[in-house]
Amino acid sequence: MNNATYISIFYIFAAITVFSAAFVVFSKNVIYSAFALLFTFFGVAALYVFLSADFIAVTQIVVYVGGILVLLLFGVMFTNSIMQADLKSDVLHVVPGTLLLVATVGGLLFTFYTTGTWKPSDVQLHGSVVERIGIETMSRYVLPFEMASILLLAVLIGAAFLARYDKVRNNEQ
Amino acid sequence: MSVSAISQISLPFLMGNNLNAWSDALAGLTISWFPLGLVIIAAIPLVFIALYALTYGVYGERKISAFMQDRLGPMEVGKWGILQTLADILKLLQKEDIVPTSADKFLFVIGPGILFVGSFLAFAVLPFSPAFIGANLNVGLFYAIGIVSLEVVGILAAGWGSNNKWSLYGAVRSVAQIVSYEIPAAIALLCGAMMAGTLDMQQISVQQSGPYGFAHFFLFQSPIAWLPFLIYFIASLAETNRAPFDIPEAESELVAGYFTEYSGMKFAVIFLAEYGSMFMVSAIISIVFLGGWNSPLPNLGSVALYDWTSGPVWGAFWIISKGFFFIFVQMWLRWTLPRLRVDQLMYLCWKVLTPFAFISFVLTAIWEIYVP
Repeated sequence: MNNATYISIFYIFAAITVFSAAFVVFSKNVIYSAFALLFTFFGVAALYVFLSADFIAVTQIVVYVGGILVLLLFGVMFTNSIMQADLKSDVLHVVPGTLLLVATVGGLLFTFYTTGTWKPSDVQLHGSVVERIGIETMSRYVLPFEMASILLLAVLIGAAFLARYDKVRNNEQ
Repeated sequence: MSVSAISQISLPFLMGNNLNAWSDALAGLTISWFPLGLVIIAAIPLVFIALYALTYGVYGERKISAFMQDRLGPMEVGKWGILQTLADILKLLQKEDIVPTSADKFLFVIGPGILFVGSFLAFAVLPFSPAFIGANLNVGLFYAIGIVSLEVVGILAAGWGSNNKWSLYGAVRSVAQIVSYEIPAAIALLCGAMMAGTLDMQQISVQQSGPYGFAHFFLFQSPIAWLPFLIYFIASLAETNRAPFDIPEAESELVAGYFTEYSGMKFAVIFLAEYGSMFMVSAIISIVFLGGWNSPLPNLGSVALYDWTSGPVWGAFWIISKGFFFIFVQMWLRWTLPRLRVDQLMYLCWKVLTPFAFISFVLTAIWEIYVP
Protein backbone atom coordinates (compact mmCIF):
# COMPACT_ATOMS: atom_id res chain seq x y z
CA MET A 1 0.00 0.00 0.00
CA ASN A 2 1.54 3.31 -0.96
CA ASN A 3 1.70 6.37 1.21
CA ALA A 4 -1.12 8.37 -0.36
CA THR A 5 -3.65 5.55 0.12
CA TYR A 6 -2.44 5.10 3.68
CA ILE A 7 -2.89 8.77 4.51
CA SER A 8 -6.29 9.01 2.84
CA ILE A 9 -7.52 5.98 4.81
CA PHE A 10 -6.24 7.65 7.98
CA TYR A 11 -8.17 10.82 7.21
CA ILE A 12 -11.33 8.86 6.44
CA PHE A 13 -11.19 7.24 9.87
CA ALA A 14 -10.28 10.52 11.57
CA ALA A 15 -13.29 12.19 9.92
CA ILE A 16 -15.59 9.33 10.97
CA THR A 17 -14.38 9.67 14.56
CA VAL A 18 -14.71 13.44 14.77
CA PHE A 19 -18.05 13.77 12.98
CA SER A 20 -19.73 10.92 14.86
CA ALA A 21 -18.41 12.31 18.15
CA ALA A 22 -19.89 15.70 17.24
CA PHE A 23 -23.17 13.97 16.40
CA VAL A 24 -23.16 12.23 19.81
CA VAL A 25 -22.90 15.60 21.51
CA PHE A 26 -25.22 17.68 19.33
CA SER A 27 -28.01 15.20 18.57
CA LYS A 28 -31.16 15.77 20.58
CA ASN A 29 -32.27 12.17 20.24
CA VAL A 30 -30.59 9.98 22.87
CA ILE A 31 -30.96 6.83 20.80
CA TYR A 32 -29.19 8.43 17.82
CA SER A 33 -26.43 9.66 20.13
CA ALA A 34 -25.94 6.14 21.47
CA PHE A 35 -25.77 4.62 17.98
CA ALA A 36 -23.41 7.34 16.75
CA LEU A 37 -21.11 6.37 19.61
CA LEU A 38 -20.56 3.06 17.77
CA PHE A 39 -18.86 4.91 14.90
CA THR A 40 -16.78 6.96 17.33
CA PHE A 41 -15.49 3.85 19.10
CA PHE A 42 -14.87 2.14 15.78
CA GLY A 43 -12.96 5.13 14.41
CA VAL A 44 -10.83 5.35 17.56
CA ALA A 45 -10.04 1.64 17.25
CA ALA A 46 -8.93 2.25 13.65
CA LEU A 47 -6.69 5.11 14.82
CA TYR A 48 -5.08 2.72 17.33
CA VAL A 49 -4.30 0.40 14.42
CA PHE A 50 -2.50 3.28 12.71
CA LEU A 51 -0.36 3.59 15.87
CA SER A 52 0.54 -0.15 15.53
CA ALA A 53 -1.36 -0.87 18.74
CA ASP A 54 -3.55 -3.62 17.31
CA PHE A 55 -4.13 -5.31 20.66
CA ILE A 56 -5.45 -2.08 22.16
CA ALA A 57 -7.59 -1.55 19.06
CA VAL A 58 -9.32 -4.91 19.48
CA THR A 59 -9.63 -4.35 23.24
CA GLN A 60 -11.29 -1.01 22.45
CA ILE A 61 -13.89 -2.81 20.31
CA VAL A 62 -14.47 -5.58 22.88
CA VAL A 63 -14.76 -3.33 25.91
CA TYR A 64 -16.45 -0.24 24.51
CA VAL A 65 -18.63 -1.61 21.72
CA GLY A 66 -19.31 -5.06 23.18
CA GLY A 67 -19.69 -3.94 26.77
CA ILE A 68 -20.30 -0.29 27.45
CA LEU A 69 -22.25 0.64 24.31
CA VAL A 70 -24.59 -2.35 24.65
CA LEU A 71 -25.20 -1.50 28.31
CA LEU A 72 -25.88 2.11 27.34
CA LEU A 73 -28.31 1.10 24.58
CA PHE A 74 -30.16 -1.23 26.93
CA GLY A 75 -30.40 1.53 29.50
CA VAL A 76 -31.67 4.04 26.97
CA MET A 77 -34.16 1.63 25.41
CA PHE A 78 -35.65 0.57 28.72
CA THR A 79 -36.17 4.15 29.84
CA ASN A 80 -39.76 5.26 29.42
CA SER A 81 -40.73 8.10 27.09
CA ILE A 82 -37.21 8.52 25.81
CA MET A 83 -38.30 9.89 22.47
CA GLN A 84 -40.44 12.66 23.93
CA ALA A 85 -37.91 13.99 26.39
CA ASP A 86 -36.89 17.57 25.68
CA LEU A 87 -33.18 17.60 26.23
CA LYS A 88 -32.66 21.31 25.76
CA SER A 89 -31.74 23.10 28.94
CA ASP A 90 -33.63 26.25 29.91
CA VAL A 91 -30.53 27.95 31.24
CA LEU A 92 -28.11 29.16 28.59
CA HIS A 93 -24.88 30.98 29.43
CA VAL A 94 -23.31 31.68 26.07
CA VAL A 95 -20.50 34.01 27.09
CA PRO A 96 -19.04 32.02 30.03
CA GLY A 97 -19.44 28.82 28.01
CA THR A 98 -17.53 30.21 25.05
CA LEU A 99 -14.83 31.60 27.33
CA LEU A 100 -14.43 28.21 29.01
CA LEU A 101 -14.27 26.44 25.63
CA VAL A 102 -11.66 28.83 24.22
CA ALA A 103 -9.59 28.61 27.40
CA THR A 104 -9.66 24.80 27.47
CA VAL A 105 -8.90 24.32 23.76
CA GLY A 106 -6.21 27.00 23.88
CA GLY A 107 -4.61 25.45 26.93
CA LEU A 108 -4.62 21.97 25.41
CA LEU A 109 -3.18 23.17 22.10
CA PHE A 110 -0.52 25.21 23.91
CA THR A 111 0.53 22.17 25.92
CA PHE A 112 0.60 20.01 22.80
CA TYR A 113 2.78 22.37 20.82
CA THR A 114 5.21 23.37 23.58
CA THR A 115 5.84 20.23 25.62
CA GLY A 116 5.08 17.36 23.25
CA THR A 117 7.87 15.78 21.26
CA TRP A 118 6.23 14.55 18.09
CA LYS A 119 9.13 12.56 16.71
CA PRO A 120 8.43 8.92 15.84
CA SER A 121 10.45 6.56 18.00
CA ASP A 122 13.73 5.26 16.59
CA VAL A 123 12.89 1.65 17.36
CA GLN A 124 10.27 0.26 15.00
CA LEU A 125 7.82 -2.16 16.58
CA HIS A 126 8.38 -5.69 15.36
CA GLY A 127 6.43 -8.87 15.88
CA SER A 128 3.70 -9.47 18.37
CA VAL A 129 2.81 -6.92 21.04
CA VAL A 130 0.59 -9.43 22.83
CA GLU A 131 3.46 -11.35 24.42
CA ARG A 132 5.07 -8.18 25.73
CA ILE A 133 1.78 -6.94 27.16
CA GLY A 134 1.32 -10.31 28.88
CA ILE A 135 4.82 -10.37 30.32
CA GLU A 136 4.59 -6.77 31.56
CA THR A 137 1.16 -7.41 33.13
CA MET A 138 2.46 -10.46 34.95
CA SER A 139 5.75 -8.88 36.11
CA ARG A 140 6.02 -5.12 36.48
CA TYR A 141 2.31 -4.31 36.71
CA VAL A 142 1.19 -7.38 38.63
CA LEU A 143 0.02 -5.37 41.67
CA PRO A 144 -2.30 -2.99 39.76
CA PHE A 145 -3.55 -5.98 37.78
CA GLU A 146 -4.45 -7.92 40.92
CA MET A 147 -6.02 -4.85 42.51
CA ALA A 148 -8.19 -4.32 39.43
CA SER A 149 -9.29 -7.94 39.59
CA ILE A 150 -10.24 -7.61 43.28
CA LEU A 151 -12.19 -4.43 42.49
CA LEU A 152 -14.03 -6.20 39.65
CA LEU A 153 -14.80 -9.15 41.93
CA ALA A 154 -16.28 -6.78 44.52
CA VAL A 155 -18.38 -5.13 41.80
CA LEU A 156 -19.59 -8.54 40.62
CA ILE A 157 -20.60 -9.60 44.14
CA GLY A 158 -22.34 -6.25 44.71
CA ALA A 159 -24.26 -6.52 41.43
CA ALA A 160 -25.32 -10.09 42.22
CA PHE A 161 -26.43 -8.98 45.70
CA LEU A 162 -28.51 -6.10 44.33
CA ALA A 163 -30.12 -8.15 41.57
CA ARG A 164 -30.84 -11.15 43.79
CA TYR A 165 -34.35 -12.45 44.25
CA ASP A 166 -35.42 -11.12 47.64
CA LYS A 167 -37.15 -13.99 49.45
CA VAL A 168 -38.03 -12.10 52.64
CA ARG A 169 -39.69 -9.15 50.93
CA ASN A 170 -41.55 -11.39 48.50
CA ASN A 171 -43.07 -13.40 51.35
CA GLU A 172 -44.33 -10.25 53.04
CA GLN A 173 -46.31 -9.13 50.02
CA MET B 1 7.59 -26.51 11.96
CA SER B 2 6.58 -28.45 8.92
CA VAL B 3 5.75 -25.50 6.73
CA SER B 4 8.17 -26.84 4.18
CA ALA B 5 6.24 -30.09 4.05
CA ILE B 6 3.15 -28.23 2.92
CA SER B 7 2.18 -28.62 -0.69
CA GLN B 8 4.49 -30.88 -2.53
CA ILE B 9 1.99 -31.49 -5.25
CA SER B 10 0.61 -27.96 -5.58
CA LEU B 11 0.52 -26.78 -9.15
CA PRO B 12 3.55 -24.71 -10.14
CA PHE B 13 1.54 -21.71 -11.39
CA LEU B 14 0.19 -21.15 -7.88
CA MET B 15 3.15 -19.00 -6.91
CA GLY B 16 5.36 -20.71 -4.38
CA ASN B 17 4.65 -22.68 -1.26
CA ASN B 18 5.28 -20.06 1.39
CA LEU B 19 2.75 -19.09 4.04
CA ASN B 20 0.37 -16.43 2.73
CA ALA B 21 1.97 -16.54 -0.74
CA TRP B 22 -1.29 -15.83 -2.57
CA SER B 23 -2.53 -13.04 -0.34
CA ASP B 24 0.91 -11.38 -0.25
CA ALA B 25 1.08 -11.49 -4.03
CA LEU B 26 -2.41 -10.03 -4.27
CA ALA B 27 -1.65 -7.30 -1.73
CA GLY B 28 1.23 -6.11 -3.90
CA LEU B 29 -1.01 -5.76 -6.94
CA THR B 30 -1.81 -2.11 -7.60
CA ILE B 31 -2.90 -0.34 -10.75
CA SER B 32 -1.24 3.10 -10.66
CA TRP B 33 -2.49 4.30 -7.25
CA PHE B 34 -5.50 2.03 -6.85
CA PRO B 35 -4.82 -1.00 -4.58
CA LEU B 36 -6.75 -3.46 -6.72
CA GLY B 37 -5.27 -6.51 -4.99
CA LEU B 38 -6.59 -5.44 -1.59
CA VAL B 39 -10.07 -5.05 -3.05
CA ILE B 40 -9.83 -8.55 -4.56
CA ILE B 41 -8.70 -9.97 -1.19
CA ALA B 42 -11.75 -8.42 0.45
CA ALA B 43 -14.03 -9.59 -2.36
CA ILE B 44 -13.03 -13.26 -2.14
CA PRO B 45 -14.71 -13.95 1.25
CA LEU B 46 -17.72 -11.89 0.15
CA VAL B 47 -18.20 -13.99 -2.98
CA PHE B 48 -17.61 -17.11 -0.89
CA ILE B 49 -20.35 -16.14 1.61
CA ALA B 50 -22.81 -15.37 -1.17
CA LEU B 51 -22.12 -18.62 -3.05
CA TYR B 52 -22.19 -20.83 0.03
CA ALA B 53 -25.33 -19.17 1.44
CA LEU B 54 -27.11 -19.73 -1.89
CA THR B 55 -26.10 -23.33 -2.40
CA TYR B 56 -25.39 -25.02 0.89
CA GLY B 57 -27.04 -22.47 3.18
CA VAL B 58 -30.48 -22.20 1.64
CA TYR B 59 -30.88 -25.19 -0.68
CA GLY B 60 -28.80 -27.53 1.50
CA GLU B 61 -30.60 -26.61 4.67
CA ARG B 62 -34.01 -27.11 3.06
CA LYS B 63 -33.01 -30.48 1.67
CA ILE B 64 -31.31 -31.65 4.87
CA SER B 65 -34.26 -30.62 7.03
CA ALA B 66 -36.61 -32.30 4.57
CA PHE B 67 -34.71 -35.59 4.68
CA MET B 68 -34.58 -35.47 8.48
CA GLN B 69 -38.34 -35.07 8.59
CA ASP B 70 -38.92 -37.76 5.95
CA ARG B 71 -40.03 -35.27 3.30
CA LEU B 72 -38.64 -34.50 -0.14
CA GLY B 73 -38.15 -30.74 0.18
CA PRO B 74 -38.11 -28.50 -2.92
CA MET B 75 -38.63 -30.71 -6.01
CA GLU B 76 -40.40 -28.58 -8.61
CA VAL B 77 -37.87 -26.11 -10.02
CA GLY B 78 -35.21 -27.98 -11.95
CA LYS B 79 -33.95 -31.47 -11.24
CA TRP B 80 -34.37 -32.19 -7.47
CA GLY B 81 -35.39 -28.56 -7.07
CA ILE B 82 -31.83 -27.35 -7.64
CA LEU B 83 -32.98 -24.08 -9.21
CA GLN B 84 -35.39 -23.30 -6.35
CA THR B 85 -32.88 -20.95 -4.70
CA LEU B 86 -32.43 -18.98 -7.93
CA ALA B 87 -36.19 -18.60 -8.23
CA ASP B 88 -36.32 -17.42 -4.61
CA ILE B 89 -33.59 -14.86 -5.27
CA LEU B 90 -35.46 -13.49 -8.29
CA LYS B 91 -38.59 -13.23 -6.17
CA LEU B 92 -36.66 -11.49 -3.39
CA LEU B 93 -35.16 -8.95 -5.80
CA GLN B 94 -38.55 -8.02 -7.20
CA LYS B 95 -40.18 -7.57 -3.80
CA GLU B 96 -41.22 -4.13 -2.72
CA ASP B 97 -38.85 -2.66 -0.18
CA ILE B 98 -41.23 -1.87 2.64
CA VAL B 99 -40.31 0.53 5.43
CA PRO B 100 -43.11 0.75 8.05
CA THR B 101 -44.45 4.30 8.47
CA SER B 102 -43.89 4.39 12.22
CA ALA B 103 -40.41 2.86 11.97
CA ASP B 104 -37.30 4.86 12.70
CA LYS B 105 -36.13 5.17 9.07
CA PHE B 106 -32.46 5.69 9.78
CA LEU B 107 -31.99 2.85 12.26
CA PHE B 108 -34.24 0.55 10.22
CA VAL B 109 -32.03 0.99 7.16
CA ILE B 110 -28.67 0.96 8.93
CA GLY B 111 -29.40 -2.10 11.14
CA PRO B 112 -28.94 -4.85 8.52
CA GLY B 113 -25.85 -3.02 7.23
CA ILE B 114 -24.10 -3.00 10.61
CA LEU B 115 -25.15 -6.61 11.15
CA PHE B 116 -23.61 -7.74 7.87
CA VAL B 117 -20.43 -5.70 8.36
CA GLY B 118 -19.97 -7.22 11.83
CA SER B 119 -20.35 -10.72 10.46
CA PHE B 120 -18.16 -10.07 7.42
CA LEU B 121 -15.29 -8.33 9.24
CA ALA B 122 -14.40 -11.55 11.07
CA PHE B 123 -13.65 -13.21 7.70
CA ALA B 124 -10.60 -10.95 7.44
CA VAL B 125 -8.64 -13.16 9.84
CA LEU B 126 -9.83 -16.60 8.68
CA PRO B 127 -6.98 -18.45 6.97
CA PHE B 128 -8.74 -19.98 3.97
CA SER B 129 -5.60 -21.80 2.91
CA PRO B 130 -1.93 -21.88 3.94
CA ALA B 131 -1.40 -19.36 1.17
CA PHE B 132 -4.40 -17.10 1.74
CA ILE B 133 -5.56 -15.00 4.66
CA GLY B 134 -7.23 -11.59 4.50
CA ALA B 135 -5.17 -9.93 7.22
CA ASN B 136 -2.43 -11.83 9.02
CA LEU B 137 -2.94 -10.10 12.38
CA ASN B 138 -0.99 -11.27 15.40
CA VAL B 139 -4.15 -10.78 17.46
CA GLY B 140 -6.32 -12.64 14.93
CA LEU B 141 -8.27 -14.88 17.31
CA PHE B 142 -8.95 -12.04 19.74
CA TYR B 143 -10.12 -9.89 16.83
CA ALA B 144 -12.46 -12.62 15.61
CA ILE B 145 -14.06 -12.89 19.06
CA GLY B 146 -14.25 -9.14 19.56
CA ILE B 147 -15.61 -7.98 16.22
CA VAL B 148 -18.81 -9.97 16.82
CA SER B 149 -19.89 -7.20 19.20
CA LEU B 150 -20.60 -5.00 16.15
CA GLU B 151 -23.32 -7.49 15.21
CA VAL B 152 -24.94 -6.90 18.60
CA VAL B 153 -25.33 -3.19 17.87
CA GLY B 154 -26.76 -4.01 14.42
CA ILE B 155 -29.36 -6.31 15.97
CA LEU B 156 -30.36 -3.63 18.47
CA ALA B 157 -30.63 -1.02 15.71
CA ALA B 158 -32.82 -3.33 13.62
CA GLY B 159 -35.02 -4.30 16.55
CA TRP B 160 -35.50 -0.78 17.88
CA GLY B 161 -35.80 0.81 14.44
CA SER B 162 -38.66 -1.51 13.43
CA ASN B 163 -40.84 0.02 16.17
CA ASN B 164 -42.51 -3.32 16.73
CA LYS B 165 -42.91 -5.16 20.05
CA TRP B 166 -41.86 -8.51 18.63
CA SER B 167 -38.81 -7.03 16.94
CA LEU B 168 -37.66 -5.28 20.10
CA TYR B 169 -38.23 -8.38 22.23
CA GLY B 170 -36.35 -10.49 19.70
CA ALA B 171 -33.47 -8.03 19.59
CA VAL B 172 -33.20 -7.78 23.38
CA ARG B 173 -33.31 -11.56 23.78
CA SER B 174 -30.77 -12.03 21.03
CA VAL B 175 -28.37 -9.47 22.47
CA ALA B 176 -28.69 -10.80 26.02
CA GLN B 177 -27.95 -14.27 24.69
CA ILE B 178 -24.96 -13.24 22.56
CA VAL B 179 -23.41 -11.13 25.33
CA SER B 180 -23.81 -13.94 27.90
CA TYR B 181 -22.48 -16.74 25.72
CA GLU B 182 -19.48 -14.67 24.64
CA ILE B 183 -17.90 -15.43 28.03
CA PRO B 184 -17.75 -19.26 27.93
CA ALA B 185 -16.93 -19.06 24.21
CA ALA B 186 -13.98 -16.72 24.76
CA ILE B 187 -12.61 -18.77 27.68
CA ALA B 188 -12.91 -21.98 25.68
CA LEU B 189 -11.02 -20.41 22.77
CA LEU B 190 -8.41 -19.16 25.23
CA CYS B 191 -7.64 -22.83 26.01
CA GLY B 192 -6.85 -23.35 22.33
CA ALA B 193 -4.78 -20.16 22.27
CA MET B 194 -2.83 -21.41 25.31
CA MET B 195 -2.05 -24.69 23.55
CA ALA B 196 -0.84 -22.78 20.50
CA GLY B 197 0.97 -20.05 22.45
CA THR B 198 -0.18 -17.45 19.92
CA LEU B 199 -3.30 -15.61 18.78
CA ASP B 200 -2.21 -15.57 15.14
CA MET B 201 -4.71 -17.70 13.20
CA GLN B 202 -2.15 -18.80 10.60
CA GLN B 203 0.36 -19.79 13.32
CA ILE B 204 -2.34 -21.69 15.25
CA SER B 205 -2.91 -23.74 12.10
CA VAL B 206 0.81 -24.23 11.50
CA GLN B 207 1.23 -25.57 15.06
CA GLN B 208 -1.21 -28.35 14.24
CA SER B 209 0.42 -29.64 11.08
CA GLY B 210 2.48 -32.76 11.02
CA PRO B 211 2.88 -36.07 9.22
CA TYR B 212 0.39 -37.88 11.46
CA GLY B 213 -2.51 -35.78 10.24
CA PHE B 214 -5.36 -35.60 12.73
CA ALA B 215 -3.15 -36.71 15.67
CA HIS B 216 -1.53 -33.25 15.61
CA PHE B 217 -4.85 -31.43 16.02
CA PHE B 218 -5.27 -29.71 19.38
CA LEU B 219 -8.41 -31.74 20.04
CA PHE B 220 -6.22 -34.88 20.23
CA GLN B 221 -3.15 -33.23 21.74
CA SER B 222 -4.39 -32.96 25.30
CA PRO B 223 -6.81 -35.08 27.36
CA ILE B 224 -8.86 -31.99 28.34
CA ALA B 225 -9.22 -30.37 24.92
CA TRP B 226 -12.58 -32.03 24.24
CA LEU B 227 -14.14 -29.94 27.03
CA PRO B 228 -13.37 -26.45 25.62
CA PHE B 229 -14.18 -27.84 22.16
CA LEU B 230 -17.64 -28.88 23.31
CA ILE B 231 -18.18 -25.67 25.30
CA TYR B 232 -17.24 -23.50 22.32
CA PHE B 233 -19.48 -25.49 20.01
CA ILE B 234 -22.51 -25.07 22.31
CA ALA B 235 -21.74 -21.38 22.88
CA SER B 236 -21.29 -20.79 19.16
CA LEU B 237 -24.78 -22.19 18.53
CA ALA B 238 -26.12 -19.58 20.94
CA GLU B 239 -24.03 -16.80 19.42
CA THR B 240 -25.44 -17.44 15.96
CA ASN B 241 -29.00 -17.82 17.33
CA ARG B 242 -29.28 -21.37 16.05
CA ALA B 243 -31.52 -24.00 17.56
CA PRO B 244 -31.81 -25.05 20.37
CA PHE B 245 -30.94 -21.46 21.30
CA ASP B 246 -33.24 -19.73 18.81
CA ILE B 247 -35.61 -17.99 21.23
CA PRO B 248 -34.70 -14.60 19.68
CA GLU B 249 -36.58 -15.68 16.56
CA ALA B 250 -38.98 -18.15 18.13
CA GLU B 251 -41.67 -18.17 15.47
CA SER B 252 -44.37 -19.39 17.84
CA GLU B 253 -43.86 -16.45 20.22
CA LEU B 254 -42.21 -13.57 18.36
CA VAL B 255 -43.19 -14.01 14.67
CA ALA B 256 -39.59 -13.77 13.41
CA GLY B 257 -37.70 -11.86 16.08
CA TYR B 258 -35.75 -8.75 15.21
CA PHE B 259 -36.26 -9.09 11.45
CA THR B 260 -40.06 -9.37 11.56
CA GLU B 261 -40.56 -6.11 9.64
CA TYR B 262 -37.90 -6.67 7.00
CA SER B 263 -38.63 -7.68 3.43
CA GLY B 264 -36.86 -7.81 0.10
CA MET B 265 -33.16 -7.06 -0.05
CA LYS B 266 -32.82 -5.98 3.60
CA PHE B 267 -34.11 -9.39 4.63
CA ALA B 268 -31.61 -10.99 2.26
CA VAL B 269 -28.77 -9.00 3.83
CA ILE B 270 -29.80 -10.15 7.32
CA PHE B 271 -29.85 -13.72 6.09
CA LEU B 272 -26.43 -13.40 4.46
CA ALA B 273 -25.11 -12.08 7.78
CA GLU B 274 -26.59 -15.07 9.62
CA TYR B 275 -25.08 -17.56 7.19
CA GLY B 276 -21.81 -15.64 7.31
CA SER B 277 -21.56 -15.93 11.08
CA MET B 278 -22.56 -19.62 10.92
CA PHE B 279 -19.56 -20.31 8.71
CA MET B 280 -17.38 -17.99 10.78
CA VAL B 281 -17.93 -19.87 14.07
CA SER B 282 -17.57 -23.21 12.28
CA ALA B 283 -14.29 -22.10 10.74
CA ILE B 284 -13.00 -20.79 14.08
CA ILE B 285 -13.76 -24.06 15.87
CA SER B 286 -12.02 -26.02 13.11
CA ILE B 287 -8.99 -23.71 13.15
CA VAL B 288 -8.54 -23.73 16.92
CA PHE B 289 -9.28 -27.37 17.65
CA LEU B 290 -9.24 -29.27 14.36
CA GLY B 291 -6.21 -27.97 12.53
CA GLY B 292 -7.79 -25.49 10.10
CA TRP B 293 -6.38 -26.13 6.65
CA ASN B 294 -4.34 -29.17 7.70
CA SER B 295 -5.16 -32.51 6.20
CA PRO B 296 -6.55 -34.99 8.75
CA LEU B 297 -5.12 -37.96 6.83
CA PRO B 298 -1.91 -39.45 8.32
CA ASN B 299 1.15 -40.69 6.49
CA LEU B 300 1.04 -44.50 6.66
CA GLY B 301 4.52 -45.71 5.76
CA SER B 302 5.00 -45.31 2.04
CA VAL B 303 1.34 -44.34 1.56
CA ALA B 304 1.97 -40.66 2.25
CA LEU B 305 -1.66 -39.57 2.46
CA TYR B 306 -0.79 -36.42 4.41
CA ASP B 307 1.78 -35.25 1.89
CA TRP B 308 -0.52 -35.99 -1.02
CA THR B 309 -3.42 -34.05 0.46
CA SER B 310 -1.57 -30.93 1.64
CA GLY B 311 -0.98 -27.69 -0.19
CA PRO B 312 -2.67 -24.36 -0.78
CA VAL B 313 -5.56 -25.76 -2.82
CA TRP B 314 -6.02 -28.79 -0.58
CA GLY B 315 -5.86 -26.47 2.42
CA ALA B 316 -8.79 -24.44 1.11
CA PHE B 317 -10.63 -27.70 0.49
CA TRP B 318 -10.02 -28.98 4.03
CA ILE B 319 -10.98 -25.83 5.91
CA ILE B 320 -14.14 -25.34 3.86
CA SER B 321 -15.14 -28.99 4.32
CA LYS B 322 -14.52 -28.78 8.07
CA GLY B 323 -16.61 -25.61 8.23
CA PHE B 324 -19.38 -27.25 6.20
CA PHE B 325 -19.29 -30.28 8.46
CA PHE B 326 -19.96 -28.12 11.53
CA ILE B 327 -22.72 -26.26 9.69
CA PHE B 328 -24.24 -29.66 8.93
CA VAL B 329 -24.12 -30.50 12.65
CA GLN B 330 -25.82 -27.16 13.38
CA MET B 331 -28.63 -28.03 10.94
CA TRP B 332 -28.86 -31.52 12.35
CA LEU B 333 -29.27 -30.18 15.90
CA ARG B 334 -31.89 -27.71 14.71
CA TRP B 335 -34.21 -30.53 13.68
CA THR B 336 -33.36 -32.73 16.67
CA LEU B 337 -33.48 -30.63 19.82
CA PRO B 338 -36.40 -28.61 21.21
CA ARG B 339 -36.00 -24.91 21.95
CA LEU B 340 -34.77 -23.83 25.40
CA ARG B 341 -36.70 -21.45 27.61
CA VAL B 342 -35.07 -18.15 28.61
CA ASP B 343 -34.33 -19.29 32.16
CA GLN B 344 -32.90 -22.59 30.93
CA LEU B 345 -30.75 -20.65 28.49
CA MET B 346 -29.27 -18.47 31.20
CA TYR B 347 -28.90 -21.44 33.57
CA LEU B 348 -26.92 -23.32 30.93
CA CYS B 349 -24.67 -20.33 30.24
CA TRP B 350 -23.88 -19.11 33.75
CA LYS B 351 -24.15 -22.23 35.89
CA VAL B 352 -22.94 -24.93 33.52
CA LEU B 353 -20.83 -23.65 30.64
CA THR B 354 -18.97 -20.83 32.41
CA PRO B 355 -17.75 -22.90 35.43
CA PHE B 356 -16.73 -25.76 33.16
CA ALA B 357 -14.95 -23.31 30.88
CA PHE B 358 -12.95 -22.08 33.88
CA ILE B 359 -12.18 -25.66 34.93
CA SER B 360 -10.97 -26.54 31.44
CA PHE B 361 -8.94 -23.32 31.39
CA VAL B 362 -7.10 -24.24 34.61
CA LEU B 363 -6.61 -27.87 33.57
CA THR B 364 -5.28 -26.85 30.16
CA ALA B 365 -2.86 -24.43 31.83
CA ILE B 366 -1.61 -27.19 34.17
CA TRP B 367 -1.28 -29.61 31.25
CA GLU B 368 0.61 -27.09 29.13
CA ILE B 369 3.04 -26.21 31.94
CA TYR B 370 3.75 -29.60 33.48
CA VAL B 371 3.37 -32.03 30.60
CA PRO B 372 5.99 -31.50 27.93
